[in-house]
Amino acid sequence: MTQFRKGLWRSALAVAAVAGFVTSAAAQMELKIMAPAAPGGGWDQTARSMQQALTQSGIAKSAQVTNVPGAGGSIGIAQLVNNSKGDGNQLMVMGYVMVGALLTNKSPVTLEQTTPIARLTAEYEAIVVPADSPIKTAKELADALKADPAKVTWAGGSAGGVDHIAAALFAKAAGADPTKINYIPFSGGGEALAAILGGKVTAGISGYGEFESQIKAGKLRLLGLTTPANQGTTDKPSIKAQGVDIEIANWRAVVAPPGISADQKKALVDAMDKMAKSAEWQAILKQKGWEDSYVSGDVFAKILADEQARTKEVLTSVGLVKS
Amino acid sequence: MDAFVSLVNGLSVAIQPMNLLFALIGVLLGTAVGVLPGIGPALTVALLLPITFKLDPAGSIIMFAGIYYGGMYGGSTTAILINTPGESASMATALEGNKMAKAGRGGPALATSAIGSFVAGTIATLGLTFLAPYLVDIAVSFGPEDYFALMCVAFVTVSATFGDSPVRGLTSLFIGLMLGLVGIDILSGQSRLSFGVPELYDNIEVTTLAVGLFAIGEALYVASRRHIQEEKLEPVRGSLWMTKEDWKRSWKPWIRGTLFGFPIGALPAGGAEIPTFLSYSTERRLTKHPEEFGHGAIEGVAGPEAANNASAAGTLVPLLTLGLPTSATAAMLLAGFQQYGLNPGPLLFAERPDLVWGLIASLFIANGMLLVLNLPLVGLWVRLLAIPQPWLYAGILVFATVGTIAANPSPVELIMLTVFGILGFLMRRFDFPIAPVVVGLILGPVAESQLRRALSISLGDPMTLLQSTISATLLAIALIALVLPFFLKGLGRFKAVED
Repeated sequence: MTQFRKGLWRSALAVAAVAGFVTSAAAQMELKIMAPAAPGGGWDQTARSMQQALTQSGIAKSAQVTNVPGAGGSIGIAQLVNNSKGDGNQLMVMGYVMVGALLTNKSPVTLEQTTPIARLTAEYEAIVVPADSPIKTAKELADALKADPAKVTWAGGSAGGVDHIAAALFAKAAGADPTKINYIPFSGGGEALAAILGGKVTAGISGYGEFESQIKAGKLRLLGLTTPANQGTTDKPSIKAQGVDIEIANWRAVVAPPGISADQKKALVDAMDKMAKSAEWQAILKQKGWEDSYVSGDVFAKILADEQARTKEVLTSVGLVKS
Repeated sequence: MDAFVSLVNGLSVAIQPMNLLFALIGVLLGTAVGVLPGIGPALTVALLLPITFKLDPAGSIIMFAGIYYGGMYGGSTTAILINTPGESASMATALEGNKMAKAGRGGPALATSAIGSFVAGTIATLGLTFLAPYLVDIAVSFGPEDYFALMCVAFVTVSATFGDSPVRGLTSLFIGLMLGLVGIDILSGQSRLSFGVPELYDNIEVTTLAVGLFAIGEALYVASRRHIQEEKLEPVRGSLWMTKEDWKRSWKPWIRGTLFGFPIGALPAGGAEIPTFLSYSTERRLTKHPEEFGHGAIEGVAGPEAANNASAAGTLVPLLTLGLPTSATAAMLLAGFQQYGLNPGPLLFAERPDLVWGLIASLFIANGMLLVLNLPLVGLWVRLLAIPQPWLYAGILVFATVGTIAANPSPVELIMLTVFGILGFLMRRFDFPIAPVVVGLILGPVAESQLRRALSISLGDPMTLLQSTISATLLAIALIALVLPFFLKGLGRFKAVED
């Protein structure tokens, strides 16, 4: 009986191996992409855009999107690590926000357990003030923070998210104590925007897209973006170029489950490399206004590790993570 | 007059056959998803976004708006007939509506809700057309302290949902407030009362609580009483349509409901639930038939339903004029605009007037379509109650569970639904009102986070609550509403002694 079972098991393995070989060789992958969030959000939109680009360009035969919402991605990543181990056709969309969420939620599953594949897009953070604010430049905001960090109120997204981290980094770069910043989290972009427009807070911080139409309409003044110093333009000045040393982007990426083979990893990285270059993906980036920040494989793995270390330090300094 | 000319231009866009078809598909889809608890318009629009990508922008945005309005109609149908509010905004409707349906007055209840929705939707869309630019300035000036004051008014007035015993009502309210604490605290990012269960980090879903308490609790209760006494439901008693008396009792609540719904819906953090509760409480106070409340009073259906639909139109004010999405569905509509490279906001009216006014005009059309669709169906819907009770309640159980699982596929969500169902059963068994639990879950977190935001902005100075005119006025209203009944009661007693 045991003998028979073993034999059956072996032949099943052999069949699986052959099947796996055939699919990867033909470059006709049947991918599954998990968005660890409810339909409609940024990660979901990324997953569905990938689906569109991968299938239309013929890189994958099919790409199925599943949603596993909850707790800033903590539930999705737990499912990826625990249930999809060794599955070379599974991908999960994630982003910078997940790095912070896993730390603040004290998640038992960590990003080290996943296999990093590629970073896809990035959005820089913008700092704005109401149009009638006396503050005109990033430097003036930095001076106000240095004088009394508690009196500068910030409106942005959820506590521990990229907006909060960027505000803390800004305070630190300004020479103020980041533990004393008066950051007020709002649920959803709309509420924060209303508070800034209504002059209830000193400054607002969020992805540039959230503020774009208000800046163009002259209702908000853009102090700058968290871009590298040499990437600033006249209508989108870099904060770093104004003398406040901060550089941060809200990026989105894909990771694979733990325990996949080197070949499987290579197949996924290759597929992403092809997708990033495809006309379909480039068209989507343009239409959605997403910045292309594609890097894959080991380069991305290094960035991911660096971002984790930096985020942990910032979150500890603002008291969201106990060291 | 500008707005009027633009509206006529918009109508010419909206009555193009393709756009009419899109509006029709939208309202049908919206009604269907509104009926299913848990699956709301937001989810539907989200799932349709990638499919509509290749369609014409005007057509698909018109369809999305149809889904939004349709969802508001659909939610009330199940709330009235089977006590299962499809949306949290239909909860107030279930309170009196289901009692009416059980007394054989399901027809008039559905009719007043459909006509009330139409009246409110039309008035509110007119408001959107002509008042949007003015309203939006007021809406933006609402700060956290003002929202907190508004929540105080809501807390004081919802005591009308408490039933007859304030102690039992308050007990229920506090259960709701406690449930509202579960999950990640928005201001500090720390989790509370979630005991390391990741599914609880995202707070308790209002629809899961409402469906559990209302539908599952009721099904269990009916099952437990079955062998004691057979409750015979009569689907239709008296007229299927609204009588002259019904019309007379409905039109004022429709107007008042609209007046609550539209401005509060236009506030960036207003929502649809608060105006429905305020409307319910107001009607309960103003009614000439107080004895009917709690047993199926038509005012209690007409008012909240109007408020519900008016708030949906109100939500479009900040969305179209500022690009501020103030509800989940509005956020999806925003994503719908953005997928065509359009950014709602101050510039959209100037850049794409055809689109904005086409959308507003099609809202009028969608509203009319919904009325025409829903009224003839009233007769069909009430037949649902003729289904033998065991089948009907078994159906409700399946329906409620499937809806919840479809919206959030997780075993934890199912366990919560079951626990809330048992809680609902026990509360019914021991005569505790269930509405205040849901009220607490909705209002509690909002009141807490807005108060803490206000104090954070004022650097901890509580006087900020009185320094804002809006907030001071609202707090005064809350205080008067709290004290006045006691005062009047005292006066009455004083008079009685004098006699």
